[in-house]
Amino acid sequence: MMEKISKVSSIVTPLDRPNIDTDQIVPKQFLKLVQRTGFGAFLFHDWRFDQNNQKKEFVLNDPKYSGSHILVSGDNFGCGSSREHAAWAIKDFGFDVVIAPSFADIFYNNCFKNGILPISLPKDIVSDLMKTVSTVSVDLASQTISYDSKSMKFDIDESRKKTLLEGLDDIAITLQHEATITAFEKSHA
Amino acid sequence: MNITEKILARASGKSTISPDDIIFANVDKAMIHDVSGPGVIKVFEKLQKQGISTDKLWDSSKVWVAEDHFVPSAEKISAENIVKLSKFTKQYGIEKHFKYGMGQYGICHTLSHEEALVLPGEVYVGGDSHTNTTGALGAFACGLGHTDVAYVLLNGKIWFKVPETLYFKLNGKLPDHMMAKDLILKIIGDIGTEGAAYYAMQFGGTGISEMSVESRLTLCNMTTEAGAKNGIIEPDQKVFDYLAERGAAKYTPVYGDIDAEYAKVYEYEASELEPTIAKPFSPENITVVRDIAGVELDKSYIGSCTGAKYEDLEAAAKILKGRQVKIRTEVLPATISIYKRAMENGLIKIFLDAGVTVGPPTCGACCGAHMGVLAKDEICISTTNRNFPGRMGHVESQTYLASPLVAAASAVTGKITDPRDL
Repeated sequence: MMEKISKVSSIVTPLDRPNIDTDQIVPKQFLKLVQRTGFGAFLFHDWRFDQNNQKKEFVLNDPKYSGSHILVSGDNFGCGSSREHAAWAIKDFGFDVVIAPSFADIFYNNCFKNGILPISLPKDIVSDLMKTVSTVSVDLASQTISYDSKSMKFDIDESRKKTLLEGLDDIAITLQHEATITAFEKSHA
Repeated sequence: MNITEKILARASGKSTISPDDIIFANVDKAMIHDVSGPGVIKVFEKLQKQGISTDKLWDSSKVWVAEDHFVPSAEKISAENIVKLSKFTKQYGIEKHFKYGMGQYGICHTLSHEEALVLPGEVYVGGDSHTNTTGALGAFACGLGHTDVAYVLLNGKIWFKVPETLYFKLNGKLPDHMMAKDLILKIIGDIGTEGAAYYAMQFGGTGISEMSVESRLTLCNMTTEAGAKNGIIEPDQKVFDYLAERGAAKYTPVYGDIDAEYAKVYEYEASELEPTIAKPFSPENITVVRDIAGVELDKSYIGSCTGAKYEDLEAAAKILKGRQVKIRTEVLPATISIYKRAMENGLIKIFLDAGVTVGPPTCGACCGAHMGVLAKDEICISTTNRNFPGRMGHVESQTYLASPLVAAASAVTGKITDPRDL
C-alpha cells in the first residue's frame, strides 16, 4: 500500500527554475542504489551540497521551509531520464505535492506510482504561488487549492485521483483486475 | 491515421483510434538495463510482499537485458547490480542478456538496432528515456519508469494516451559536413525542450529518405530532449536491408494513411542548415558552430547511443586521420559489434594514432557515471544528448553538444571548430 493523499496543508517551497531535469533531482552517482527509502538525502544533491557542506543560499537548505510538503517549480519539471529515483527522492524528502505549469511525461507517471500528487496549473498562478508565504491547502477530493483567501480548481484524471486518495498501488490494482480487463477487452474486440 | 496511431491501433486491437484516446496496448518487446533492472526487481519484491505473484514473466523471449550505464562495473555497488541482473535473467529464463565480457554487449538503444531486437510495426518499451531511438525503424518505441516496466514484464501490456504527431520534413540531402545530429539540435532549438511534450515526432521528406538508418536513429534518439512520447520514421528499403543484414525475424511494416493527420508540420531545407551546437546547459540552447568557433575546450567525448554508432566513428575518423588531438579525447564505440567493425576497417588505429583513448562500450561519462567524467570548470564537447548542469560530472563543468564531425574537428584544434574550417 502507498501512503494515502487527500489533504495537504503547508507552506510551499519555491524552486523558480524551468526545465528541472532528473539529473538535478537525483544526480547519477546515486542511481546505483535501489532502496526506495533514504533517497531524500540525495534530492537536488548538487544544488544543496558543496563537497559535504550545505549551500546556504539554496532554498531547500533554508530552515523556514523545513515543514513544507509542497514543491512549486517552473515549466517541464522532471524532464530528462526515466529514473524513478527522482520520484522516490521527492517523496522521501517530504514532498507530497509538486506544482508546476507542466511536467515531463515519464516523471508525471512515476509520481502516481509513488504517492506524489503532481498538479499542473497556469503559469501566472504558479508564479503567484511561489510568492506566497502563507499556508497553502491542497484538497484532492474536491480538486481545490486555496491560500490567501484565494481558491482554484485543478485537473486530474479520475482513476489517478482514486489511486492517490485510497493509497492504492497502481500496479497492484491493475493486476488484481486483470480478469475484468481481459473480459472487457474480449467484449470490445 | 498516421504511423504512430496505426501501430497503437493494431496493438490495442482497434480498427481506428484518435489522439487523446486511452488505449491498452499489447507490447511486443521490453528492455531493462543495469539501472532500471534493479529498480524493477525492487518493484517485484514489493509486489511479492503484497501477495501478488511474480513467478513468471508474460514472455521471457520478448524481454532483453542490457548492461550499459555502470559497466564494466564502476565500483562495488554497480558490480552487485550486475550480479542481481544475472540472477534475474536466470530465474526468469531470459536468454537475451548482453553481458560485458561475454561477446556482444553495449548501450541498450544501440543493441536494439544492431541486434535487430525491435522490428517495424512493433510496440517496444524500455526502462530508459532514450528508448525513443528505435522508432527510427518504424516501431512505436518509448521509455517508462521502473513500476510501469515491471507491470509490462508481468502482463505484456500497458496503457497509453495516443499522442498527437508533429511532422518534421527535411527537403534535400544534408551536405557532407553535416550530420543528423545538426538537424535534431536545430529542431530542438526551434521547438524547445518542452516543444514536443507528449507528442510523437515523426520525420520524413526527401532528406530523410537520403539518410542512412543510423542517421535516422540519431534523430529519433534526441526526440526525448524535446519531451516527445516517441520518435518515428516510416520504414523503407534501407531499413529492411539493415535488418536483413542482422538476421531479423519476420515482421509487418506499418505506414500512415494518405490522409493521415498531423498536429503541425515543420519544414527544413537541407541547403539552408549549418553545423549546429548546443551550449551549456540545455539541448535547446543552440547556435551555429561558426558563431562560437574558437571557444577553448578541455576535452572531446565521442560516445553514447546518440554519437557512437558506426557512422559516428567513421565521421570522427575521417577528420582525425593523419592528425593529432590537442585536448583529451575519448572514443567509446556503442557496442562490441561496432567496435569490431571499427577495428577491422582501421578506424581504431586512426584514433590511436591521433592520440585518442579508445574505451569499452558503456554509457560512461554521458550520464556522468565513469570513464572520463568532468572536473569543476572543465569544458567538454560531446556527441552525447544532454548538457544539463552536472550531467557529465561536476555541476560546474560545461558540455557542448555537437555532431561527431564537429567534436573531432574541435579535438584537433582544442577549440570549437566547424569541420569546414579545419
